[in-house]
Amino acid sequence: MTLADSANLHTFVDAANFIGDHPGFLATKALEQLELSGAAIGIALLVALPLGVALGHFHRGSGLAIGASIVGRGLPSLVLIAAFLTLLGIGFVNNMVALAVLATGPILTNSFDSVDRVDKDAVEAARGMGMTHAQILRRVELPLAVPLLFTGIRVASVTVVATAPIAAIAGGGGLGDIIVNQASYQLSGVIGASLCVMLLSAGVFVALLAVQIGVTPRPLRRTRVLESTTGGELL
Amino acid sequence: MTHLAAGPVIIPNYGQGSSCVTGNHTFCWGWVHDHWGDTLQPALVQHIVLTVIAVGIGFALAFALALLAHRLRRVEHPIGIAAALLYTMPSLALFQVLVPFTGLTRTTVEIPLVAYTLVILFPNIVAGLRSAPDEVLEAARGMGLTRRQLLWRVELPLAVPAIVGGLRIAVVSTIAIATIASFVIEQGLGYPIFYAVKLPTPFKTEIYSAGILAIALALASDALLVGLRRLLVPWARKGLA
Repeated sequence: MTLADSANLHTFVDAANFIGDHPGFLATKALEQLELSGAAIGIALLVALPLGVALGHFHRGSGLAIGASIVGRGLPSLVLIAAFLTLLGIGFVNNMVALAVLATGPILTNSFDSVDRVDKDAVEAARGMGMTHAQILRRVELPLAVPLLFTGIRVASVTVVATAPIAAIAGGGGLGDIIVNQASYQLSGVIGASLCVMLLSAGVFVALLAVQIGVTPRPLRRTRVLESTTGGELL
Repeated sequence: MTHLAAGPVIIPNYGQGSSCVTGNHTFCWGWVHDHWGDTLQPALVQHIVLTVIAVGIGFALAFALALLAHRLRRVEHPIGIAAALLYTMPSLALFQVLVPFTGLTRTTVEIPLVAYTLVILFPNIVAGLRSAPDEVLEAARGMGLTRRQLLWRVELPLAVPAIVGGLRIAVVSTIAIATIASFVIEQGLGYPIFYAVKLPTPFKTEIYSAGILAIALALASDALLVGLRRLLVPWARKGLA
């Protein structure tokens, strides 16, 4: 049985040793990866969030929102990263843009959907009370939209953090630098860095899920957030 | 670092390049024509094989699990949360972690690909099976259908739009993720891209042509599945399911 082969276990012992021997180096690389991811998500948020919310409020442009989600899923990250490498050259910016494009899909789709789907009666009632567009958006639509909207941000963020290691082939740095350079770091380094990448992604997922529960209005918490982890996020 | 450095254009390692190729111009049709047979077409076929295996096995597993969850509602949320966590696992890292067990083989790539399709297909199939309206179920029970008949004659046909919807997402995502397989095996449309990026000067034509093929494959597969849904459930024209 290959699974029980002691050579395999050795690889993981070596990988654990690699992590134990280079905690500072790995932490630096992890921070580099988070920096790149943060910049990409920041840009995607700046562009997609206001656009999605505005379109959702006016119930316009559903085609754009759906298109964004299809593009977000269908565009291979490797293709994006390679294409922006040829356009913008090697380094931080090309990867940031490629990852931002990747993050735009779920954020745009979910911010549109979440606001668009808010109960029409609630919006009618608010309008009847004399609320302006801005007030309806701030006091009615956004609070009700938060669970789904934040799901989009969470999915986008996890996708970006998980994809960032691939950016290493285009000079993106981060833990991916170790994964794609077995010649320098041996298999133990590659596996060690891979384990760190997995931990990092899981950590971001759990942290954002906690934030999501925190920002969701109390009465919506139980049902909506749980739903969002089990299929709701899949459009 | 083994990385590429910006610098003078270096001729990609492909036979006698035309001036377009040696100059690394934006897109060289000549290169695509010359290397369709030895580079692009094999990569495309490998990519389709990788995708079909992953979605095929993933669908079978997801279907079985969904039938189970349909019977035992208690297992749905645990499976769902485990699946969501699994989906956060970066493909590149998962591939690498499996290398000590299964080597630099197609199996190493297929295990995560199957897992990802499972994560997408399972909730969609479950939701589809649940979508039968209560009145319909009542009526079917009233007609004396057994539980098995209810599943195969009522619940499953009504679930088809949701199942095909899940398949669309699964196929398109698998095609995208399969490009990452090129980090561990020299297969699929990711490999020409991976190779071209690692050249001293990234070779544009190869990156663009393989990238366009990957996107075209995703679009074509999606169109095929939309056609399949029309065939299976002609009454459900509207909606995106």
